Amino acid sequence: MSQLSVKHLLGIKYITTDDIELIFKTADSFKEVINRPIKKVPSLRDTTIVNLFFENSTRTRISFELAQKRLSADVINFSASASSVSKGETLIDTVNNILAMKVDMVVMRHPAPGAPMFLARHVDTQIINAGDGTHEHPTQALLDAYSIREKTGGVKGKKVAIIGDIRHSRVALSNIYCLKKLGAQVKLVGPPTLMPRDIEHLGVEIEYDIRKALAWCDVANVLRIQLERQDIKYFPSLREYALYYGINGNLLSELKKEIVIMHPGPINRGVEISSDAADSGHSIILDQVENGVAIRMAVMYLLSGRRN
Amino acid sequence: MKSRIILDTKPFHITVQRLCQQLIENHNDFSNSCIIGIQPRGVYLAERLVQELNTYSKKSIEYGRLDNTFYRDDFRSANKPLSPHPTDIDFLIENKNVILIDDVMFTGRTIRAAMDALLDYGRPAKVELMVLVERRFSRELPIQPDYVGLYVDSMEQEKVRVEWKENGGEDKIWIVPKKAIE
Repeated sequence: MSQLSVKHLLGIKYITTDDIELIFKTADSFKEVINRPIKKVPSLRDTTIVNLFFENSTRTRISFELAQKRLSADVINFSASASSVSKGETLIDTVNNILAMKVDMVVMRHPAPGAPMFLARHVDTQIINAGDGTHEHPTQALLDAYSIREKTGGVKGKKVAIIGDIRHSRVALSNIYCLKKLGAQVKLVGPPTLMPRDIEHLGVEIEYDIRKALAWCDVANVLRIQLERQDIKYFPSLREYALYYGINGNLLSELKKEIVIMHPGPINRGVEISSDAADSGHSIILDQVENGVAIRMAVMYLLSGRRN
Repeated sequence: MKSRIILDTKPFHITVQRLCQQLIENHNDFSNSCIIGIQPRGVYLAERLVQELNTYSKKSIEYGRLDNTFYRDDFRSANKPLSPHPTDIDFLIENKNVILIDDVMFTGRTIRAAMDALLDYGRPAKVELMVLVERRFSRELPIQPDYVGLYVDSMEQEKVRVEWKENGGEDKIWIVPKKAIE
């Protein structure tokens, strides 16, 4: 098995366990590349990739752009605020106009869940989902699982707690699919108001007590509280959230074991995680960022080399 | 067309020995030279040579493995998708004499990609090429080896396969019809 089963990377839901293993194996090689003195390979020098960002992003956009440049691809950046989208152009028209200029691959972030799937049905190009609303964020889940594999030696059988704003998090959903496919046990932790209804059908457990969850897990993936997506108040105050669900140094030192702390960024310091926990030796937050480039290189390399 | 052996185990070992001696002639104690095996199959010969050379020299020879997957020109057109192998060169190649090692030389495209990959690690003083088998009259690029174990004249429909003990084989070289392996 040395080819992805899919033409696009729309979500972890649509790819197989073999695909994930292949991406990890390829990312191992790219991780070696990005630690060389010359961090660049010519693989995609004949490929043009457009980064379509209809929603703000720092880390993901830089990570994708860096990955594209490390692969020698030509890159076009597009942000919705400075484009004709603000003049009322439709998504399909925008993308078809860009494709008419001979672009080979589209990396898209969009606030509407399902936007990349819609696009994949209507335009003829390869699409990578870089986050669609509250739905999926596949490359983040891949780099999270890859970082767990790197830190602990493997994902299978590991106990992973995903903590925080599960309801509004695309990272949580993609992580659940990815971790379950790789054989990990997953527990979701957060206030009941931020827990999506019927989420246990995905084969995960739910826990409302942060102390119990931390005592159970090997890895804690702490999510950001997404205030921008919260249309109503889901908890009384940030202070109260931090008190009941925030990760801090005291909570970690109470544990009789070492657990790995992850966060997809950007961090609200003092809300979901305190500075002493985020900057501690348990934290692999910056390793996640480094692995993100290698994972995205692997995804674009494999999609681009795929034969129909 | 049938498969046939073109180099049996005993002459195979003599050939590897000879290649070792040729390297010693040109590189003395290897103080400014290093050996780099091209992934995946050049590594078998390279490791065999390093093992052998280390019995002659007091200090161990610098040895690395190089993968050229991301530099290949048949990335989208190869018969099957290419999958990368590890690269590990944990020394500097700057101003060194590098001996690149591969098992079979055919069109020269693998070597072109390997040289591009190598130059991303620095500027060697000199690069030499050693191959176990040189398939003559089949080059598509102007690249020639400096050291050759065995010259072979073969047809396009044939493939040269090197069997290694390390790979579950018996240290032999075969000519096999292409269809048998695809």
